[in-house]
Amino acid sequence: MELKGKLLDVSNLKVSFYTYRGVVQALNGVDLWMDSGERLGVVGETGCGKSVTSLAVMRLIEQPGEIQEGKVIFNGTNLVELTEEKMNRVRGAEMSMIFQEPRSSLNPVMKVGYQIGESIAKSKKLKIKHTYPEVKEILRLVGLDPERVMNSYPHELSGGMSQRVMIGMGLASHPKLLIADEPTSALDVTIQAQILELLDELARKMGNAVMLITHDMGVVAEFCDKVLVMYAGNSVEYASTARLFEKPLHPYTGGLLQAVPRVGRTDELKAIKGTVPDLVNPPSGCRFHPRCPHSMDICKVERPPFVEIEPDHYVACYLFEGKSEVREDA
Amino acid sequence: MPETLIKIRGLKTYFPVKKSIFSKKLFVRAVDDVNMDIPTGSTFAVVGESGSGKTTLARTILRLIEPTSGEIEFEGKDILGLKGRDLLEVRRNMQIVFQDPYNSLHPRKLIKNIIGEGMKIHFKITDVEIRDRIAAVLKEVGLIDDHMYRYAHEFSGGQRQRIAFARAMVLKPKFIVLDEPTSALDVSVQAMVLKMMKEIKVQENLTYMFITHNLSLVDYIADRVAVMYVGEVVEMGDKNTIFKHPSHPYTDLLMASNPVPDPKFVREKRLLKGEIPSSINPPSGCRFHNRCPFADERCAKEAPALKEIGPDHHVRCHYPL
Repeated sequence: MELKGKLLDVSNLKVSFYTYRGVVQALNGVDLWMDSGERLGVVGETGCGKSVTSLAVMRLIEQPGEIQEGKVIFNGTNLVELTEEKMNRVRGAEMSMIFQEPRSSLNPVMKVGYQIGESIAKSKKLKIKHTYPEVKEILRLVGLDPERVMNSYPHELSGGMSQRVMIGMGLASHPKLLIADEPTSALDVTIQAQILELLDELARKMGNAVMLITHDMGVVAEFCDKVLVMYAGNSVEYASTARLFEKPLHPYTGGLLQAVPRVGRTDELKAIKGTVPDLVNPPSGCRFHPRCPHSMDICKVERPPFVEIEPDHYVACYLFEGKSEVREDA
Repeated sequence: MPETLIKIRGLKTYFPVKKSIFSKKLFVRAVDDVNMDIPTGSTFAVVGESGSGKTTLARTILRLIEPTSGEIEFEGKDILGLKGRDLLEVRRNMQIVFQDPYNSLHPRKLIKNIIGEGMKIHFKITDVEIRDRIAAVLKEVGLIDDHMYRYAHEFSGGQRQRIAFARAMVLKPKFIVLDEPTSALDVSVQAMVLKMMKEIKVQENLTYMFITHNLSLVDYIADRVAVMYVGEVVEMGDKNTIFKHPSHPYTDLLMASNPVPDPKFVREKRLLKGEIPSSINPPSGCRFHNRCPFADERCAKEAPALKEIGPDHHVRCHYPL
């Protein structure tokens, strides 16, 4: 089978969580792909599966969750089939991850320098004290004062500084892919701008790809080359950022963009009616059909395939079935 | 000039910090010398980063926190000296909706009791009347009367925020503080909740104080804006004036940091350096001088006053842009 993404190609990924309420089908066939050095934004509302997707790519889904089906081809290897030991060599070295709450990602009782050193020591098989010159280099790279931060505990750093430390740690081993799960959602806008600038600068310098998971369309517009929109555990639309904002095809993407407030916009915000479905008992067919203004009979029965409607523009929606020419009213 | 509902003069709220018994007394200057007029019927937005004092300001106005000094007038009456019945009446008129609807609703009370509790305190009415009013207010915020027999955990975030809003509304207040009411919600839910709040404001002739860190919301919901930085108001005025001609360098950089949901928009790369300073020991002179691209010696020594630089436009800066 031909791969769409040279660096990462996720196809038909299904993840379920077994809870006392029943089986939560968190991912129900997710497709996404990335080339080297590319920035992909993954957007969607709470509970759409953005974070689960990133965890599944890193093989960090824990009990009661399970990857049930699908492939995660990273650099030519299917990660789903790797042994835990081999996967450990991929994590950190070839792909790494930073999280939303930087301060809860750091160990509160260990000095920051030691924590960064530990990750380098492990991958390079060094003693931790021998990694300190490199740790200083990394801290300088992320714009912190090495002498001060090395010997600080996480509580002595602000949220923005902690996120810089996390970015430094994530990029220490020059991974090919950095997954950033809502890296700026807990930060103020001015600090958010600084962190995005830093991620941008470092990605340029090191050439790593970035998968940015966010709910903020503004952040996507500024940072990403490509966007994947997710809804209730499915990929619903994929396109270049410019294309997606200009001509969103899936009714959900359109609705989402119309709900976003921005400076200079004082007209009514349009909300998507209804609420996000319960994934223990998701709607049949297209999971968006109960909220969709264009819903047809087939939408209730069958899940629409995720297909290329126009070059490099993929949509999972029956409105566009068999049409290369796109409907204007969609 | 419309009538002023709330008038604030020289308001200071300091919190003591305990260091050691020998050291000098230290204070967190959460709100420092704030002067503000909130016109009747307006939506007054207060924006700023975490730690700028927005929430403390609102809570001081509601007398949930006692100020250190200053004056607050509500409809021309000084409210800081009020006690007993008079204070109760002012409290009924000033309500608040908190940021996190997951924590602000009691998990073991029925919605009926959450919304009805205030009415039992403020109005002499029967249980039947209370139930009727709850049913009416639930309808107004877009829920149904059956919902009053449920518990908070049975609702989504957006619905909970509607309930919190209903709890404030049911006392027929004149003024509601909305403290980041949508920051815990998804955008499409946020859109619905904001729309509902905007509509009810017009219907009931309410005045809002809308606290937020999200500038994009301000343009949608507010008429007037005050920008706060380390406890002080640095710029205040009509929304359109401030968005078109931000005059304080901080306001300007705050706006430049706000991400724009449009890939065609090419932003000038102007970043605000550093982080917000501590309000225990704020920088000398202008509190923004150490991060300001235009600061000179005067800014480091002399604290600027809040000056009127145009009609209804106040700025706290020696060299407004």
